[in-house]
Amino acid sequence: MLLFLLVSKLCRFSDMKLTVEFGGGLELLCNSVKIHNVNVELQSGAEKLTMKDLLSWIRTNLIKERPEMFMKGDTVRPGVLALVNDCDWELSGQLDTTLEEKDVVVFISTLHGG
Amino acid sequence: MDPDCGEASRILLQLETLKSTKTEIERQISALEAQLQEINLQHPNATVPNGSCPPVIPSVDSGYGHDLSPQMIYRYSRHLLLPAFGVQGQSKLLKSSVLVVGAGGLGSPALLYLAACGVGRLGIVDHDVVELNNMHRQIIHTEGFIGQPKVRSAATACRSINSTIQVVEYQEPLRTSNALEILSKYDIIVDATDNAPSRYMISDCCVVLGKPLVSGAAVGLEGQLTVFNYNDGPCYRCLFPTPPPATACQRCSDSGVLGVVPGVIGCLQALEAIKIASEIGEALSERMLLFDALSGRIRIVKIRGRSLQCVACGENAPFSKQQFQEFDYEKFTQSPLTPLPLKLKLLRADSRINTKEYKEKLVSGEAHVLIDVRPEHHFKIVSLPNSLNIPLPSLESRLPEISSALKEKEEHQGTDSGSGGRLYVICRRGNDSQRAVQFLHKMGFTSARDIIGGLEGWAHDVDPNVPTY
Ligand SMILES: [Zn+2]
Repeated sequence: MLLFLLVSKLCRFSDMKLTVEFGGGLELLCNSVKIHNVNVELQSGAEKLTMKDLLSWIRTNLIKERPEMFMKGDTVRPGVLALVNDCDWELSGQLDTTLEEKDVVVFISTLHGG
Repeated sequence: MDPDCGEASRILLQLETLKSTKTEIERQISALEAQLQEINLQHPNATVPNGSCPPVIPSVDSGYGHDLSPQMIYRYSRHLLLPAFGVQGQSKLLKSSVLVVGAGGLGSPALLYLAACGVGRLGIVDHDVVELNNMHRQIIHTEGFIGQPKVRSAATACRSINSTIQVVEYQEPLRTSNALEILSKYDIIVDATDNAPSRYMISDCCVVLGKPLVSGAAVGLEGQLTVFNYNDGPCYRCLFPTPPPATACQRCSDSGVLGVVPGVIGCLQALEAIKIASEIGEALSERMLLFDALSGRIRIVKIRGRSLQCVACGENAPFSKQQFQEFDYEKFTQSPLTPLPLKLKLLRADSRINTKEYKEKLVSGEAHVLIDVRPEHHFKIVSLPNSLNIPLPSLESRLPEISSALKEKEEHQGTDSGSGGRLYVICRRGNDSQRAVQFLHKMGFTSARDIIGGLEGWAHDVDPNVPTY
């Protein structure tokens, strides 16, 4: 028990709790699950987590198929909007956006149908 | 013969006759109404024979400091009672013009509300005809119009709701060659189309002409809504400078759509157009509404403003009319402006058979295994007897099943099958089946062949009793 507490306390320093959501069909790439409450471990020595770090974490840990439908290079593919706390990531620095505990990050594929 | 049966067929026959007469009468009515509107517009004070309809948008002052006729005051009284809207809002609405591109799932409710609320001139662009599988969501159309142009059907519905507004029909696809001319005649544009190239084209055209654009989209159980090119806000290209890969564009005809979802977004599009026309409230510019029907959540997010680097509306790049007309939107987005079902050709002719040939194989009793690679929920709608459902994404992991099914067939048939059991692959339209056969060949199943045209082809050429969807 003591060990567990100790471990979870330690983890709190190197983990970040985030909510990651997918919509507009992107959820199909993650077993059709839209909302993911995740703990993202910070790289050892890193003091902050950026969107760039989160994207590569998502690619490894959440995307189950066709990663090219989500990413192109180290960023999201054309037609995907990335939102940090309901705000376009263009307004917060795109890949350089620094994330904080309990942030909500949403990825939406633009729809064309009608 | 059963007397009831004779009676039923007599009634059916009579219904058919009456329905076709009704359609013809409706066509004559809508033609006459359109004529009358033309006359009313040229001579605003000309009265209608029975005197019951006020002239369209009268310019006479009523003496009350506004130009609403008594009939208009009564018709729009609930609008006039709104302090935030009132006579001023209604008067602006009556003088405004809105163009709705697309009379489908989004356009249906948008048009109904825009006609009802008293937009002075309402334009409708669509090149399509009404089909039975539109009816669950394209609620402006009625069964009597199946097979007829959507524009005519929608215009008839709009006129029957409000005979005092002008409804203009454009029964043609929107192209770079006609877009400037059509859009220039309207104050506000509503994008209710269903494909990427149309969305880029309409946005660029709005930038060239300086028109606000109310953009909505819906697929499956989700919808999106925003206003572009309004009050120095962003255009579509500011938000999406590079088009998505064509494979990322879901379509209602492939992915499905719950009818009420585009209905919700279409209503909101009408609302945004009304707000802009009557100059009330805050338009959804630099913001986007995301609607998730399943979870019952609406999220409104802040999106980027106008981009100075935008190819269409940016600082040193404002699109000229000529540039617009020469731009190839289909090439840019790698998808057609008027989408037709995709027809891939991945395989050599000797790796394919057509539906009639497959029918012959069935009749001759050839030992074979038929794999249906559609998703499971498609398979549940309709399938061919004795077909084995292995959805394309799980094909790789279920190869052993195919091997054992083939082995079973061979043993059953004895040794006379010679080259080993045949393997046929079918899907909805004959695209995924080719992808599957390509993969099967690679994995050593060299006898695999795809059935050209899929179940749709089968229904069309072999068995019309097989339902299509
Ligand atoms: Zn722009």
